Amino acid sequence: MNDVKAKRLDEIIASHSGQEGPLLPILHDVQAEFGCVDEDTKRIIAKALNLTRAEVHGVVSFYHDFTAEKAHHPVLKLCRAEACKARGVEALVAGAEAAAKGRVEIETIYCLGLCSVGPNAMIGKSVHARLDGPKLAALIEEMA
Amino acid sequence: MANVRISDDALAIACGADAVAAAFEKAGHTVERVSSWGMQWLEPLVEIDSKGFGPASPADVAAILDGSSPLAIGAIATHPWIASQQRLTFARAGKTRPTSLEDYEATGGWKGLKRAKDIGPEATVQEVLDSGLRGRGGAGFPTGIKWKTVAGAKAEQKYIVCNADEGDSATFADRMVMEGDPFMLIEGMAIAGFAAGATRGYIYCRSEYPHAIAKLQTAIKASAHIVAPFILEVREGAGAYVCGEETSLLNSLEGKRGEVRAKPPIPALVGLFGRPTIVNNVLSLAAVPYILSEGAKAYAEFGMGRSRGTMPLQIAGNVKQGGLYETAFGITLDKIVNEIGGGTASGRPVKGVQVGGPLGAYLHPDQFDIPFDYEAYSAVDALIGHGGITVYDDTIDMADMARFAMEFCAVESCGKCTPCRIGSTRGKELIERILARAPRGRDTVETLPQMHNAPTGQRSLEDEVTLLEDLCETMKFGSLCALGGFTPYPVMSALRHWPEDFGLRVTEPAE
Repeated sequence: MNDVKAKRLDEIIASHSGQEGPLLPILHDVQAEFGCVDEDTKRIIAKALNLTRAEVHGVVSFYHDFTAEKAHHPVLKLCRAEACKARGVEALVAGAEAAAKGRVEIETIYCLGLCSVGPNAMIGKSVHARLDGPKLAALIEEMA
Repeated sequence: MANVRISDDALAIACGADAVAAAFEKAGHTVERVSSWGMQWLEPLVEIDSKGFGPASPADVAAILDGSSPLAIGAIATHPWIASQQRLTFARAGKTRPTSLEDYEATGGWKGLKRAKDIGPEATVQEVLDSGLRGRGGAGFPTGIKWKTVAGAKAEQKYIVCNADEGDSATFADRMVMEGDPFMLIEGMAIAGFAAGATRGYIYCRSEYPHAIAKLQTAIKASAHIVAPFILEVREGAGAYVCGEETSLLNSLEGKRGEVRAKPPIPALVGLFGRPTIVNNVLSLAAVPYILSEGAKAYAEFGMGRSRGTMPLQIAGNVKQGGLYETAFGITLDKIVNEIGGGTASGRPVKGVQVGGPLGAYLHPDQFDIPFDYEAYSAVDALIGHGGITVYDDTIDMADMARFAMEFCAVESCGKCTPCRIGSTRGKELIERILARAPRGRDTVETLPQMHNAPTGQRSLEDEVTLLEDLCETMKFGSLCALGGFTPYPVMSALRHWPEDFGLRVTEPAE
């Protein structure tokens, strides 16, 4: 780990020092800042919080939001829960993969809470509703 | 120059509300961003002089302003879809700016908290008990009893935890409270804190709701001086559906894996960090300010049987007029789906409806006369859950939805108990074999000479279905929490009402 990253990590950990149960907030910040929670990071967080590396690893691997490796491409999260299925999302999946051509990662997410206007997708923190084939393809093209 | 009101709810934004708002501003008008009325098929809904236009796009701006737009729906407040509701929790929906303290106070805000402080903690708990309010998260446990237990527990520190991990598909009422009326939730939590003697509160919100988290943070900051000495904090979930289960949510808040805890001990006595904790759903806590300000009796006058008050229904899926519809208990599905929802969006016949999210049963149109009530639903092996209603048209394959229920359980299982962790995976494989009409043959172990009691032939489709029923029975009664325990509801209801989708011959009419 380089010095800049180590310094930033220390700052993140310190910023949560007053909180009860600070591990998840720390991991969220780390994931947002570095794009993943890697091995070295787990060790440093474990030491700072007086946990074992295994405990931190257990938490990181439990939650879908934390990843061990950085995503290679921009990520589009497509909702494939019941309400979006009822509105036809399954018919869009093959087209989305074809439009992405490996340049965008299409991930599955379960529910964005926009269940009457699906199919829906999330890119970063922005949400998109009423998607059909062309609209989804246009979103993907914009990201690629 | 007109005063234009447009919602800044995540759903409106996802439908393009920001671009519409920008277009009105560009045309020289003031735009006020308010909460959503809940008429989601009309979003982005534009409101000018109480009259509505929707769904609007930037291209419609000129026609809306000169009065020639075909999107006009007339006065919003008297629109039949709004006027026929009984809005207690969503009384402010569409009317106020979500993070404006001024708007909240002007519409009766903080009255409940003030009354609670006037009548004291014990009388406050009694009011909630008398209101008959039951947990809106799904289990329907009387909220007042939870409060009484925590109030009676002795501890240096007690906690109020708001469960805002609204992961069920077809539910968005929690999101709409957090985004549209965050102060009401804060007031409800402050009342709970006062009643139970808790000085700290956490709102555990799922990470899929970034707009709600941002609004809550703003609102908590703005109202800190009003709810003091009560201290509130928002915590972000991390994409685990199971964290909506209260004990796994507590583990997650403590910074652990979101694994379910065995009960007892109940969280009311041994909860967050081992301390007495009230864990309530957003809608339960959001109902409290009304109960305190208007009195328990006013709230209990709504509803039927042991289901008192109102339920914010969330009408979603393949439906023409989806959105948030708050009404007293007792309404029938037929009215919800065909009258209020206006039938399917595709115009095709309704095949079935799932009530209560991914763990809720599928209901057949033959059952559409059942009143919306906790007891009436459990009598037919269904559940109300969080009040989410997903409508499906006749193009859906119910056996495939049953497969998905198992798949979802397998993906989201916390792994602590065996029926859920392994049962869901085996259930998915089993339904896949049923779907492929490829019953399982004998495996290596079964063909060993020692296994002389094992069946010799290939399983029939009926054998596989019997096995699925057995598996569902095991999951239902053997799982630690509702994830494994309720996954059999969608599976079994699909099997019971649509056997033809599983390739079974229909010998008797479905119930």
